[in-house]
Amino acid sequence: MREIMYRDAILEALDEEMARDDNVLLLGEDVAFIGGNFKTSVGLYEKYGDLRVKDTPISEAGFVGMGVGMALTGLRPIVELMFSDFLLIAADQVVNQMSKIRYMSGGQATVPMVIRAPIGAGRSSAAQHSQSLQAMVAHFPGMKVVLPSTAQEAKGLLKSAIRDDNPVIFFEHKMEYTNKFDIDDDVELIPIGKADVKRAGDDVTIVATSSQVMKSLKAADKLAADGISCEVIDLRSIVPLDRDAIIESVKKTGRLLIVDEAYERCGVGAEIAANVMEDVFYYLDAPIARIGTPNVPLPFSPALEFPIIPSEDKIIEKARALTVADA
Amino acid sequence: MVKKLAKKSFGGIYETMYKMRRFEEEVFEFYKKGLMPGLAHLYLGEEAVATGVCAALNDDDYIGSSHRGHGHLVARGARTDMMMAEILGKEGGYSRGKGGSMHIMAMDRGILGANGIVGGEIPIATGAAYSAVYRGTEQVAVSFFGDGATNEGTFHESVNMAAAWKLPCIYIIENNLYGISVDIRDVTNTRDLADRAKAYGIPGVVVDGMDVEAVYAAAAEAVDHARKGKGPTIVECKTYRWQGHHVGDPAVYRARRDADEKKDWMERCPVRAFRAKLIASGASEAAVAAIEGEVEREIQAAVKYAVDSPYPDASEAFDDVLIG
Repeated sequence: MREIMYRDAILEALDEEMARDDNVLLLGEDVAFIGGNFKTSVGLYEKYGDLRVKDTPISEAGFVGMGVGMALTGLRPIVELMFSDFLLIAADQVVNQMSKIRYMSGGQATVPMVIRAPIGAGRSSAAQHSQSLQAMVAHFPGMKVVLPSTAQEAKGLLKSAIRDDNPVIFFEHKMEYTNKFDIDDDVELIPIGKADVKRAGDDVTIVATSSQVMKSLKAADKLAADGISCEVIDLRSIVPLDRDAIIESVKKTGRLLIVDEAYERCGVGAEIAANVMEDVFYYLDAPIARIGTPNVPLPFSPALEFPIIPSEDKIIEKARALTVADA
Repeated sequence: MVKKLAKKSFGGIYETMYKMRRFEEEVFEFYKKGLMPGLAHLYLGEEAVATGVCAALNDDDYIGSSHRGHGHLVARGARTDMMMAEILGKEGGYSRGKGGSMHIMAMDRGILGANGIVGGEIPIATGAAYSAVYRGTEQVAVSFFGDGATNEGTFHESVNMAAAWKLPCIYIIENNLYGISVDIRDVTNTRDLADRAKAYGIPGVVVDGMDVEAVYAAAAEAVDHARKGKGPTIVECKTYRWQGHHVGDPAVYRARRDADEKKDWMERCPVRAFRAKLIASGASEAAVAAIEGEVEREIQAAVKYAVDSPYPDASEAFDDVLIG
């Protein structure tokens, strides 16, 4: 075990995979000379050179599309978008090209490509730099959608994403980059599509993604003091979705709370609730609950922003309400 | 030095042009007979462009294609029977019926795909050019698109990056004057679209897109330039589509500027013109007829293959979404 910042776990994954496979390259805005806006690629430009670590112009559709062309011709590009909000500038290349070409080709083509994009509010970055767009992306077929929680997940899942033969959108949480975590000395590959039970419990299942996993664990600590035992499941990816892990847990606890930072409307919580309902309905002791970001643009002022986004307090409140409903 | 098509290649060039012509005529027949689901965007009238450009390429080069892509694929030697079956949505098609006319891919021919999004393929071909440099090969990539795509942001973004990094990519503008009904002259102040090359500091060439030899000469020079590591070129081919935007478009809009526009362009038929050139170069009428007969056999066999091919099983809709 050792302690490491989340952003350095990303850097280690990039470095190790680039060292392992000459076909892996990194491109995006500010990834080379300054080592990334969030310092996730520091030193790679010096180590691997200009062709493999490429600073691009501010042309998201163009360089995401170039990544598709690279992936079609034998390379494994990692394309960094500075903020997940910028996915929308490259939307055609992500949605109509990258994730559909294999299908449209009848399986002739493979597109082994990773798009890394930071999500999350909490930095007063306002409405165009704070969104969590995982639900929107997950709506479309043809790509995996991965959301690491801790540094261990960030490293183990990113390495798997780079080796995956499918397009993968890898959402990093910008509030975690400088947080420190304990991780294994040698992090094993973490399979994409397998949820992880981060804390076992009997009363409430909390299914969470990304940063919400850590918030849920803290909430679970406090709830335990009140005699409410929470099982916290780190979903790790929403495509593929580990339904079985959720269903198995809810059969035990009888209560389900889903926490994800995407907009609540048509969000991850709604999808999971509907997706598992058929299998868990007769085991439920309370209606399924969800926490997301309400459907307003993310505001700038901390006085407005923090009350809006999912928090430890909201998780505690909702989880407690589920158990009260049972009484 | 101007590169010229060698006389010995004339037969093959004519064969390719004639094959495109016959291919598209049969696709149009499919539509008229109600055999074709959906629509197709025909390449009729533009044969000299794809033929001239692809004659300048090596087997391992890449092309990216557009919604009007059948001609590009024929020029790269894609199988006409599998193309036709794909256009009919059949199991024997290149994509087993999942792509259709606008999404025919033939990875074994370096065809990175026709593309249903105008301008969508331009960065993809540019990425393939980057990949060629990365892997240290001498491959080039050609991106085919229409006049309309030059007003998409991806055109600017891609050409800018290719120019900045001297990528071996050749951008072929098939300027057929119209984006569906909208006349490019009404929405763009640049008369010669290749002039935009100046803004990127790269060569921009305008050629007669009805003259396969002129197209070849321009493409060959651009390819040579790219292979030498000197970067991209924009080649604008002035051409004309004989049919509407797609098989179901009567194209009434074309007469509003000039009632004879279509007739004038059709009088410059690139296939007929090159046939005359072939004869003038010394080929006998019988030799040319033999080429045409061979093409006709291939096209008829392709039609039969496509018609006879079964539809895919409904369960196949779920295949090839994700690997594993």
